[in-house]
Amino acid sequence: MNGELVMKKLSLLADAAKYDVSCVSSGSKRRNTVKGLGNGVACGICHSFTQDGRCVSLLKVLMTNHCIYDCAYCINRRSNDRPRTTFTIKELVRLTINFYRRNYIEGLFLSSGVIKSPDYTMEQMIAVAKELRLGEHYNGYIHLKAIPGASAGLIREAGFYADRLSVNVEIPTEKELKRLAPQKNFKGIFNPMVQIRDGIVANKEERKKFREAPLFAPAGQSTQMIVGATPETDRQILLFSSQLYQAQKLKRVYYSGYLPVNGYDKRLPALPGPPLVRENRLYQSDWLMRFYGFQVHEILDESQPFLDLSIDPKLAYAIRNLHLYPVDVSKADYEMILRIPGVGVQSAQRIIYARRFRRLNSWHLQKIGVVLKRAKYFITCNELPPKIHGFAPDVLKKRILAENRKKGREPQNMQLSLFPVKQMILPPAH
Amino acid sequence: MIQIFTYNNTFGGFLTVVFECYRRGAYPADIRPEARMQRNVFGEHIFIGSDPGKAERVWRGLREKISGKSRDLPFYAFLSEAEGIEMKLYRFIRRVFSEHFNVETDFGDPDVLFLNQMARKVKREAMRMMQFVRFQRAKDGLYFCGIEPQYDVIPLVINHYKKRFPGQKWIIYDLKRDYGIFYNLKEFQELTIAKKEFDTLNGALKDEVLNEEEAFYQNLWRVYFRNINIKERKNLRLQRQHMPQRFWRFLPEMQGQ
Repeated sequence: MNGELVMKKLSLLADAAKYDVSCVSSGSKRRNTVKGLGNGVACGICHSFTQDGRCVSLLKVLMTNHCIYDCAYCINRRSNDRPRTTFTIKELVRLTINFYRRNYIEGLFLSSGVIKSPDYTMEQMIAVAKELRLGEHYNGYIHLKAIPGASAGLIREAGFYADRLSVNVEIPTEKELKRLAPQKNFKGIFNPMVQIRDGIVANKEERKKFREAPLFAPAGQSTQMIVGATPETDRQILLFSSQLYQAQKLKRVYYSGYLPVNGYDKRLPALPGPPLVRENRLYQSDWLMRFYGFQVHEILDESQPFLDLSIDPKLAYAIRNLHLYPVDVSKADYEMILRIPGVGVQSAQRIIYARRFRRLNSWHLQKIGVVLKRAKYFITCNELPPKIHGFAPDVLKKRILAENRKKGREPQNMQLSLFPVKQMILPPAH
Repeated sequence: MIQIFTYNNTFGGFLTVVFECYRRGAYPADIRPEARMQRNVFGEHIFIGSDPGKAERVWRGLREKISGKSRDLPFYAFLSEAEGIEMKLYRFIRRVFSEHFNVETDFGDPDVLFLNQMARKVKREAMRMMQFVRFQRAKDGLYFCGIEPQYDVIPLVINHYKKRFPGQKWIIYDLKRDYGIFYNLKEFQELTIAKKEFDTLNGALKDEVLNEEEAFYQNLWRVYFRNINIKERKNLRLQRQHMPQRFWRFLPEMQGQ
């Protein structure tokens, strides 16, 4: 292995892969074999964290950054003049194995630009996974990107080597996708997605009958959407991802704040920086849907296309629905306790357990981990400071915001919200 | 006269003290490890030696009474070595044995809450031993890592590494407590290295014993780490929050930046 060359390739192809958000290694419990190397850990392990605070769990690289497509939002688009290179199968396998043995990574996340045809690209990626699994007896995590337009047989083969498969939607409406990536369409994206879903369901059934049946993508599939490159509203995005969770049984939908990588392309909006706050609010809403039992229409209804950037979506929900509060923590059921701003899943569970033993007061709640600063306006318990309920919604919001500010912790990236964000995000109409 | 029990600073020793308290019908004013003992002129000091049989009985009883999820709670909490953890554990254990419901979820009780929080800290530190251990390959094919966990948690993660790397010899060495676990392809051995061929500050192996490819892969890893970062999203506070600075000196990717 030529050291200099590999170093160069790695720097180029890691740099080209960094815009893929997903870096989790969770969901797979693949066991090691007797003489093998590696295993899956269900909760996932993050091995390092880069300066942007994102976790490094997998060796996330592209097979190649050559690409026949010309998608406006992508750094590797054909019309960009960038140094291009390709990993050989052997180089990738050696890199993965050697990083893995030193406990740098949980596994490999292999994506690729499209060379020649989707099928050819997919074949190359499968070859790497196959060599790792069969040649090196490697049982660690593998995440493969399914290339839109690849044939069904190849997707199926990939599923038997990978722990997770993903197809990136990138743009939440087909019209916008067509505009920014003329060579792509929803059919090419959804065909593999549906196929993977069916494969996973069928495999689960099969493994109930035969314990030793080979695993098919045991960690499920995920996807990613770029936020802020196109004029979709938050409501559209959330409706779309809730469909993906329900109909496609996705494990995760990632939101990637749009980074203006191709500033020269006039089809894209000019942003001062990635819309980090909006991205964060979308993730919070995503969490509300997956862990807090919220429906999209509860987070955003027809009258509000966008999330409130100044407060989190649960607090916004509570302020809009003050008639549901205050919640009595000693009587309310779990679902309602989860809807108190300042109470997370863990505190909610603890409240349910602890209230069997005694009436909880605010001291107990605080110790348990409830953020009383926010929660106090929405609960009743044994004893609370008086005159805390009955505020008008807008007064309450101002009060909570003011209290947060007093703490002196400026929310990051707030320069964005100085502008009316809704208009900033919109690209010129075409 | 108040009674202060002392023990040898092992979990077995502590459980023996619990056993002895029950047997003698005593309620101790304090339980302390011998090493951290401060003489109290008014107290009667009773040292209890560790007795595996007695400890085993208490432990079995506890595991029967505590529900599945929290079964190891007393052990994890004990590992935190927090000041005064023994009396909290003792009161907790008495409650476990005397009451008929699952005391371990009574988060309104300060002792129970504290023990749960300590156990969580210890588990988190054990998780970090899965995250931030970095092996260096030595000339003889051994993979070595020196690291300094806040609590004595390396024994909690060795099964993880055995499952993961059954085909390579490795040592995970606790630099602070000066002992390590060696896996020789069959079983674990606890060992203390007298002749240290590594830097006792950051666990880096000396150049003479390092495999010739090691520097190359460490460099590759650094290159990867630098290039996967998105500069526009810089957020150093978030980085520190997930990856405490006390581990940075053990991580090759954080060197030479």
